[in-house]
Amino acid sequence: MATAGRASILPLRLEGVSYTRGGHSLLHDVTFAVTEGASTIVLGPNGAGKSLLLKLCHGLLRPAAGRVAWLGPAAAQAGERQAMVFQRPVLLRRSVAANVAYALRLRGVCRDERSDRIRQALEMAGLLPLAGRYARVLSGGEQQRLALARAWASRPEVLFLDEPTANLDPAATRAVEEVIQLCRASGTKIVMTTHDLGQARRLADEVLFLHRGRLIERAPAARFFDLPAMPAARAYIRGELLW
Amino acid sequence: MDELSGALQMALVLIGRMDPGLIEIVWLSLQVSVTAVLIASVIGFPLGAGLALGRFPGHKLVIVLLNALMGLPPVVVGLTVYLLLSRSGPLGELGLLFTPTAMIIAQCILVTPIISALTRQTIEDLWSEYEEQLRSLGAGRGRALLTLLWEGRYSLFTAVLAGFGRAIAEVGAVLIVGGNITHATRVMTTSIALETAKGNLELALALGIVLISLALIINAAVYLTKDLVFRYSN
Repeated sequence: MATAGRASILPLRLEGVSYTRGGHSLLHDVTFAVTEGASTIVLGPNGAGKSLLLKLCHGLLRPAAGRVAWLGPAAAQAGERQAMVFQRPVLLRRSVAANVAYALRLRGVCRDERSDRIRQALEMAGLLPLAGRYARVLSGGEQQRLALARAWASRPEVLFLDEPTANLDPAATRAVEEVIQLCRASGTKIVMTTHDLGQARRLADEVLFLHRGRLIERAPAARFFDLPAMPAARAYIRGELLW
Repeated sequence: MDELSGALQMALVLIGRMDPGLIEIVWLSLQVSVTAVLIASVIGFPLGAGLALGRFPGHKLVIVLLNALMGLPPVVVGLTVYLLLSRSGPLGELGLLFTPTAMIIAQCILVTPIISALTRQTIEDLWSEYEEQLRSLGAGRGRALLTLLWEGRYSLFTAVLAGFGRAIAEVGAVLIVGGNITHATRVMTTSIALETAKGNLELALALGIVLISLALIINAAVYLTKDLVFRYSN
């Protein structure tokens, strides 16, 4: 249990958040809250602004307008109790185990505890046999699982995942999804972007539907997939091409 | 033609029997250049990495200047160090002129821009790849800088070898500040110049062969590390 018995950093509230780059407005007036518990999937076609939204939540980008705020009782520790996995994992040029160790060192985990945490994280990601391998020679799927293990090892309360399987084949995607499910089972709140409807159905408890930089629908997964309220969401679910 | 092949034969004999005069000169060359490159690395790595990650007014100007300094003419560096170290110069009291230390200083000035400019390029490229990931993991600027220096170790090794290549092959600066004094400040390049002028072609050729072999070894090492970088960064 990664987060049991701790005061939460959630909810995370976004209020009227906009983001512009080079004069182009890429996100307009997005308002919602990320709450404890269920997995949140940010769904939408490519270019809808999903990655930007995630990076704004994670604090890697600053909004041009609006506010991003952690409002939980432990909000002061928000920085160290969240982690992110990127679409293309950036692994350090060292061994698999050393990649996890590096992240733990940055979070101030003491040496004695580190080896246990590394073992647990690699075991969860199914990478224990590869612990001594050079990280950059792993396959794409293994690299992404290592990125997940590295993020999870620091026991984040919230884990942001930006299209973690976008470049992977079905078998590797399945393996990564299994690790994501294990993260969720350990009590970590998952906030993940995807443009893959099947994946959203498999993993979502709650869906945020983003289209052309606007958050146009937010609903529990079951309701969203049965009966989306907005025409664009309906068209997307029917498999029509949105842009 | 006979003279040349005769000299070549004698040169190979000198190398083959490890002639003490030859060894002394090669050894001093290596001492001076290796020390200069080590000091230049200690200055150049943090300087280059800092320029890659830091932003301040005049940042671009410093980079242009640094790149221009890579092509600094050795004789001008020699002259400048000479003026600084000469008895009436500002550092004259240290009595360093015509010592190996003076030669190390001059070569260090030549090599530092090379190592820092190449380091800056390497670290800047890495930073664009790593920035979001390192910030996400909670690394501050200082930690990110150290991490990137380690991540770029293969490329940085290439930069060091490039610096060493420049130092060991340079004549003008060490000639001016070292003075080419027998048993004291004679290195391979200055000896070749002198022995050739004296008509002592055997020693000049022997030193030339050693120097070229070193250059070959260094270039092979650069090539092999580049190969390693390529294999491990993909």
